[in-house]
Amino acid sequence: MTSKPEWAVSVSPHIRKGTTTAQIMWTVSASLMPVLILSIYNFGFRSLIITLVSVLSCVVVEAISQKAMGRSVTVTDGSAVLTGILLAFVIPPGVPYYLPMIGAVAAMFITKELMGGLGYNVWNPALVGRALLQASFPVAITTAWIPPQQLSKGVWDVFLGSGALDAISTATPLAVVKQYGMKALVQQFGGIDTIYWNFFVGFKPGCIGETSALLILLGGLFLMSRKIITWHIPVSTLGSAALIAWIFGGETWFSGAPLVHVLSGGLMLGAFYMATDYVTSPTLKSAQLLFGFGVGGLTVLIRLKGGYPEGVCYAILLMNCLTPALDEWFQPKRFAPPKAAPVAAVK
Amino acid sequence: MAGTTFAKGGIHPDEHKELTEGLAIEVMPPPSQVVLPLSMHFGAIAKPTVKKKQEVQEGEEIAVVEKALGASIHSSVTGVVKAIEPRPHPTMVRCDAVIIDRDPEAPPRQYDSEDWRKLSREQLLARVKNAGIVGMGGAGFPTFVKLSPPPNAKIDTLVLNGAECEPYLTTDHRLMLEYPEKIIEGAKIILKILGIKQGIIGIELNKPDAINTMNKAAQQLAGKDDDVIKVQGMDVKYPQGSEKQLIYSLTKRSVPGGGLPFDVGVIVQNISTTLAVFEAATMQKPVYEKVATFSGRALHRQANLQIKVGTLLSDVVNYLGGAKDVVKIVSGGPMMGFAISSLDVPVTKTTSGVLFLNSSETDLGEFGPCIHCGWCMEACPMGLSPKEVALYVEAGRGHLTEKFGIFDCFECGCCAYVCPAKRPLVQFARLAKIAIKKRG
Repeated sequence: MTSKPEWAVSVSPHIRKGTTTAQIMWTVSASLMPVLILSIYNFGFRSLIITLVSVLSCVVVEAISQKAMGRSVTVTDGSAVLTGILLAFVIPPGVPYYLPMIGAVAAMFITKELMGGLGYNVWNPALVGRALLQASFPVAITTAWIPPQQLSKGVWDVFLGSGALDAISTATPLAVVKQYGMKALVQQFGGIDTIYWNFFVGFKPGCIGETSALLILLGGLFLMSRKIITWHIPVSTLGSAALIAWIFGGETWFSGAPLVHVLSGGLMLGAFYMATDYVTSPTLKSAQLLFGFGVGGLTVLIRLKGGYPEGVCYAILLMNCLTPALDEWFQPKRFAPPKAAPVAAVK
Repeated sequence: MAGTTFAKGGIHPDEHKELTEGLAIEVMPPPSQVVLPLSMHFGAIAKPTVKKKQEVQEGEEIAVVEKALGASIHSSVTGVVKAIEPRPHPTMVRCDAVIIDRDPEAPPRQYDSEDWRKLSREQLLARVKNAGIVGMGGAGFPTFVKLSPPPNAKIDTLVLNGAECEPYLTTDHRLMLEYPEKIIEGAKIILKILGIKQGIIGIELNKPDAINTMNKAAQQLAGKDDDVIKVQGMDVKYPQGSEKQLIYSLTKRSVPGGGLPFDVGVIVQNISTTLAVFEAATMQKPVYEKVATFSGRALHRQANLQIKVGTLLSDVVNYLGGAKDVVKIVSGGPMMGFAISSLDVPVTKTTSGVLFLNSSETDLGEFGPCIHCGWCMEACPMGLSPKEVALYVEAGRGHLTEKFGIFDCFECGCCAYVCPAKRPLVQFARLAKIAIKKRG
């Protein structure tokens, strides 16, 4: 037993907490399943198929990219699956099947693997995928909506494509607000309370995984309870969006409808699932508050003043650019640092 | 009783103390041979004062450090010096050691006890020095040096570290249960040497029996001297027993980076060390025995052993019935201890425990890339950025990490413990420190 060690020698610490990167990714993915189920109920099996195509494309693109670059293939860590789900969730259910495939190349190959792989990407991969699709296929990505319907009616129609005609004619609430104003939206839904209820539960046209504020909120709370995310980014994002929508969103100052902005489009999904992405958001809580404030503010700014009805995607991508700087500017509070500054800090 | 704690970071690892905390300290019979490394302390390596084939008595001085920081070394058995040669060492890989064959006929040495209160501060300090006492928590800093602070240091508080925040280890816990009066007396001796009045014993709340016992002993001995010793419960949180965290927890004073406890008027002593001070002051008994926890589920029988310094781990393992399915052997606690490669290393003055871990207790998986979850920054008790340091080191820029306060890092391991990518963040921090020192 003494001449040739039969045991391992490695560095301290010798015990580890159980949680792994893969567990985090799979937990986040699992927390999105209720959203997917509601989407199938709302928009038919096309939601599921688009999501499956997106997930599969992301996994395959990542595997091929990693092989091509001589890295070890790590698709089992769940991060490609999660990106696939999120990519599908931010595109309309009525798009052609090749769209998520193209989005997957943008997300996994260009944004993630070319930047160095997991942990090294500057931008949220799923959102780059969505941004590229929006630039390349502006018609499909802004018109392929499907009106929410009950599973019993029409789901097979949509699945077989006969519902698609109807789908084109359905505009998202944000597009209605953008083009015709708030009054038109109220008219369409038949009252402001109905709007809040439908938006909160998720019965409205929209992207596959963006419609239900309730289920996204529940998923986000679940992630908080598992200590995977904290409240800082979601609360500051939603808070600043509501604040700015209230101040500037109405016909006069301080007369906007903050709740409509918070509950519509991709803001909930963005606040809880996109802006909280570890890799592309700042690490420190104080920096996260500023980051979230920027995301919420830019979102509403784009919605109110920009050319697009929706701004979450670009708001997060813009704030992603600031993440390295925020990480540099915000340093943790040290336990009693040296009284004299270290040499490096003086230089 | 509400516990005190430190302000930032910290973790709650599984304790695993149930394996040994209920087991009374057991005296292991002396081995037939002891290996006494010439370095069991912080400072210069000691020079042997004995020759090969020389007869030595139990407790006899066999090596000294002259003119440099260090501590004397004493024989732990009566016998004959067999050799003085390099042998495996728990942290230095190899180190010269005095090897002594025990005389099986020799009876154990007996010590007479006398009242330390009749001795002067200088006499007490000399006894601490002659006994070769070092900080037994692991650092091994010579105790007589620590008890001779510079004259400009304004010390007012002695802190006894009964936190024992490392999982598995129950050495100090058992000592507090079994020798409470001796530890309190030891604290009083240290107070007298330092010429101060106030002592605080910090104990984590997961040891309520030790808190009770020490409280009783402190009350019984209160009034005998002109001092106040109080027991303070502390929250169960690692690294509660780290010097700076402990001082903050008990006194709300913050030792600045690069500073020492006496910068805030505090001196910290370990429980085992305090007991050794008592034995040195009252019996002039040098340090050549150590109480250590032998634990881990790969070990056939776990125990808290009182053991001769210089006993080889192979002898201890045999005494405890062997070990099987060993994945890792750790000298010290699982958070900050060293993995050892050979059972030919001896128990030293600073061995607080040796753990034999199986595959359910430690894992050897590979690490992945940083995902910037920030958990390491939440866990760091010093408010550092372990993930950034690691990325710098990986990019070959470890020498630029001083701005993250890397020299405040005392390698407690909280960052690596929580890391979901299982990154060896402590090792990255060590490499960063080496890189900075190299650039000089």
